[in-house]
Amino acid sequence: MPLNTDFIGRTFPPTPPYEVSRVKIREFADAIGDTNPIYRDRAAAEAAGHPDVVAPPTFPIVVSLGGEALADPGLGLNYAMVVHGEQRFEYVRPIVAGDVVTCTSTIADIRKAGRNELLKIVTEVRDGGGELVVTTYNTIVERGV
Amino acid sequence: MAATVKYSEVEVGTEIPAVSYDVRRLNLVMYAGASGDFNPIHWDEHFAKSVGLPDVIAHGMFTMAQGGRFVTDWVGDPGAVLDYGVRFSGMVPVAHDSGNTLVISGVVEEKLDDNKVVVGLTARAADQKVLSQAKAVVRLA
Repeated sequence: MPLNTDFIGRTFPPTPPYEVSRVKIREFADAIGDTNPIYRDRAAAEAAGHPDVVAPPTFPIVVSLGGEALADPGLGLNYAMVVHGEQRFEYVRPIVAGDVVTCTSTIADIRKAGRNELLKIVTEVRDGGGELVVTTYNTIVERGV
Repeated sequence: MAATVKYSEVEVGTEIPAVSYDVRRLNLVMYAGASGDFNPIHWDEHFAKSVGLPDVIAHGMFTMAQGGRFVTDWVGDPGAVLDYGVRFSGMVPVAHDSGNTLVISGVVEEKLDDNKVVVGLTARAADQKVLSQAKAVVRLA
């Protein structure tokens, strides 16, 4: 089933605020096997000049998987056939524990690539003050059968 | 903080030695839980094979995270990473018994203004490239 190209340019409503906890950052760091104390120990993070425990560079994927955009049945995405194509993070600053972030996703492009279809999503992750923290660029591939 | 690597001490072509990272099924289960990506191709071998994959495959983001770890361990501060992007060019099958191993290395590809450099990453699993166009922009001391 081809993806619905009417979705190109569609911006989804901001996600509910997500409070980034120290526990979640530590869980993520554990999952990627990174033992850096800056991800676990507030004193270590402060000593390094950060206001609190810092999230690893790929942590923003936790909040920017594009859930709502991808889940819309009108888009026609077959999740079982999805693999990740490309990912980029453009940081204004690292996410830190205590941040309350909101994501606004836009479907930037949908196009065919051989038997596959590519879906590009751009997500702005903003903090509680509305300031941009990181912009994520996500290309997912729906494999053709 | 500050990065621990000095801008003045790197040149275009400066190599960052390779590091190996083991990938086991347990890592993928933990990563699924931590990231919220519960796609069964990453933890259910039966399902993965039923959709034409060779085995359970690692989350692309797990591989990208190892590249991020490689960069932050080199530069000394996660806050020094300004931009990080990859293309997922190969699958990382994770076998029931032996798992897989990612081998990541890097090279300084470009020196920019304001103490910034572009680090190009190479990531291989079983001698196959699994990332392409993998680059991080980091600010050095």
